[in-house]
Amino acid sequence: MKAFADLFQTLDETSKTTLKINALAHYFKHADDKDRIWTIALFSGRRPKRAVTTAQLRAWAAERSGIEPWLFEECYPIVGDLAETISLVLPDASETSQASLTDWLKALAALASEPEEARKTFVLDAWDCLDGTERFLFNKLITGGFRVGVSQKLMTRALAAASGKDEAELAHRLMGDWTPLTTSYHALIEADDPASARSRPYPFYLASGLEGAAHDLGPVVDWHAEWKWDGIRGQVILRAGEVFVWSRGEELVSERFPEFNRLLDVLPEGTVLDGEILGWQDARPMPFAALQKRIGRKSVPTKLLREIPVVIYAYDLLEWRGEDIRAQPFEQRRAALVRALADLPETAPVHLSPEIKASDWNALAKSRSTARENSAEGLMLKRRTSPYLAGRKRGDWWKWKLDPLTIDAVMIYAQSGHGRRANLFTDYTFAVWSGNDLVPFTKAYSGLSDAEFGQITAWVRKNTLQRFGPVRAVAPEHVFEIAFEGIQASTRHKSGVALRFPRMLRWRRDKPVQEANTLDDLKEMLNLYG
Amino acid sequence: MPRYNRHMAHEPLITFTDRGMYCARAQVYMDPWKPVARALITHGHADHAREGHAHYMCTKSAAPIMRHRLGSIDLQEVEYGEKIVINGVEISFHPAGHVIGSAQIRLAYKGEVWVISGDYKVEHDGIGEPFEPVRCTHFVTECTFGLPIFKWAPQARVAAQINDWWRINANAGVHSIIGAYSLGKAQRILSLLEPGIGPILTHGAIEASNAVLRGQGITLPQTTLITPDFDHTSQNGAMVLAPPAALGSKWAAKFGAHSSGFASGWMRLRGVRRRRALERGFVMSDHADWEGLLHAIALTNAENIYVTHGYTDIFARHLKSAGYNAAIVETAFDGEDTALESKAI
Repeated sequence: MKAFADLFQTLDETSKTTLKINALAHYFKHADDKDRIWTIALFSGRRPKRAVTTAQLRAWAAERSGIEPWLFEECYPIVGDLAETISLVLPDASETSQASLTDWLKALAALASEPEEARKTFVLDAWDCLDGTERFLFNKLITGGFRVGVSQKLMTRALAAASGKDEAELAHRLMGDWTPLTTSYHALIEADDPASARSRPYPFYLASGLEGAAHDLGPVVDWHAEWKWDGIRGQVILRAGEVFVWSRGEELVSERFPEFNRLLDVLPEGTVLDGEILGWQDARPMPFAALQKRIGRKSVPTKLLREIPVVIYAYDLLEWRGEDIRAQPFEQRRAALVRALADLPETAPVHLSPEIKASDWNALAKSRSTARENSAEGLMLKRRTSPYLAGRKRGDWWKWKLDPLTIDAVMIYAQSGHGRRANLFTDYTFAVWSGNDLVPFTKAYSGLSDAEFGQITAWVRKNTLQRFGPVRAVAPEHVFEIAFEGIQASTRHKSGVALRFPRMLRWRRDKPVQEANTLDDLKEMLNLYG
Repeated sequence: MPRYNRHMAHEPLITFTDRGMYCARAQVYMDPWKPVARALITHGHADHAREGHAHYMCTKSAAPIMRHRLGSIDLQEVEYGEKIVINGVEISFHPAGHVIGSAQIRLAYKGEVWVISGDYKVEHDGIGEPFEPVRCTHFVTECTFGLPIFKWAPQARVAAQINDWWRINANAGVHSIIGAYSLGKAQRILSLLEPGIGPILTHGAIEASNAVLRGQGITLPQTTLITPDFDHTSQNGAMVLAPPAALGSKWAAKFGAHSSGFASGWMRLRGVRRRRALERGFVMSDHADWEGLLHAIALTNAENIYVTHGYTDIFARHLKSAGYNAAIVETAFDGEDTALESKAI
């Protein structure tokens, strides 16, 4: 475990991406062969099954440390990480261990079938021979929540540096249902694999937010407008009898969206579509919340496939009959896309994202104002002559989003953040008035500056009315303007509403608490936009 | 509200007022935060030794820093252990081990003995006067790090970590910039550095404290003050001591490529270190850790424990479950806590 702990320590002590990649690449070149493949498994989300519950771990840690359980529970929110809390309260190790990462992971895998008493002995023994970083990492492995600042993307870049292979090719190699028991570092990373070249996506062209007035962009006829959908930007690739789906994060997500395999029946090979992946029902997009249920799943149960079917709303064609056409003007690519999608059966999981036509900017602005009714976030403006560029290049593609909805709300609870934000009160619960009562309706934890979070933290310390574990009820004194993108009815929330992407737009120090909005205001918004 | 010994029919010797801890019989305040006539000061940190009192009393070794920070004040200097009697109250100062000159203040009257410990640590740091337990009936303790997650490694081990880090950086030709409080922590680190590794540079705030302490006979390694016209390329691989606020500032950027570290008890928490985007955190504090606090409290033999600045509610609850008569006292002291959060340092 020592080599892996050293790697982690190096990664943890720098925020510079290049240094992280160097450290990972060095590890992938020199570490023990078995440890390398287990490390790749960990950093690509292939975590061992959780062999003990966190409740058991907390109880055992308190017992071994000789502290009362309530005291352990008080420490946890202050540290902000369970694995770290456990490693900090335990007494120093009395022995050392030479076991490798692979040894520990194999032992953990075998643990699930053991009786509880044996599991407890194993964990207590492990704690007693691991110290510092190694103990922390062991706890991370056993709690199954192995997120330590290394994304799959970062690891892929490091593997590219270590192996000399192309990054996109490696991304493809890393997908699938391999485990460290079924493959080796050489087979997974180094051996020839022609299939991976076929999956390679084009870099996404990203639009910028429009800051000035739209009519400053010149004649409206130079621009193609369409809805800005609220889904997942994706590229769907049909090559050599296979379908590959890439998300904007350049993550290969084909397995999560099996319905796109049907595209092979209706489109020729050598086709690459750029578009929005959306949940689709009754001939219209479903709210993002529905799609969210699909995103987190690596494999999709049939029931979910039926309840939340997805389509791609295509808005660009990058490759046609095996030819890269990105250099062609948007207008030509669009025309080719229209032809390609003409006469497809209604049931095909692809639709053409419609053009929003307008004779002048005012008319277009009017269309934009109806975006919410059309399940969209606003408009996209694309210059008709623009080629398909790589990355975020300003000038030809603009997002013309609706302004967010806003409401003034009263902060009533505060909770400290996790990890980096532990010890700062950053997570707040907000309420609106219902008569003389304050009804909570949303949480938010972003949008303020570090200085503001610092000020509020100091204020919370002095103005706590009551504590519920890590949550503090605070004096209802501060009003915040909450911005959000959408509102939905919800039976799970006391207020009866759920917000999409709520955040703090500003701290309204000028506003007395009595002037915050009411539950009726919120319900009115639900009627208008829900 | 604090609870008092049930045998006491009379007013307790010490009360907690909006100016600070007060002994009515001797008419003295301990570390008051509003101007008073007579102030007994535990140590020279700004949250304990404030401006504006008519008369001050502190230990001889704390006096130079007090005068440096507060200018021309009416100050009575006392030796550790020296007994001063005011209206029947016996007052004495005892080493607290926090920084040079720091003291616990003992006040005794007719068998009622109070010890106001100020800030303290129990491990001897080799530079300040070592902590000395004082028996009492009422003990006022800080609890900045009063949670079982806070455990300090022996000083020698942390010193080795700092020197190893410096050596690696020096070999790579880059500066090591370490953040440390100007009075206390900075000199403690200085005394632990291996001068053979390279030159030692100091920020003006730290060098000012160094000068005062050298003036009272404390030996510190040779340091070079970084002046505005300093050539930042002249001494690659140097150790640079700076107050925490200077880390990540324009002042630090002038050194070009460097590695930054911070020495504080808070560095025990990964989240705190990462929030400050520090490369290295060295867990070194001038406050007692969890075991240190409990050990110090046990050695006083006191039944009544008053806890101030830190995780007071949790610490007091633990003391109660351990059989003490514990109460929380609100004070205006910072500990190390708010220094990291609300003050932009």
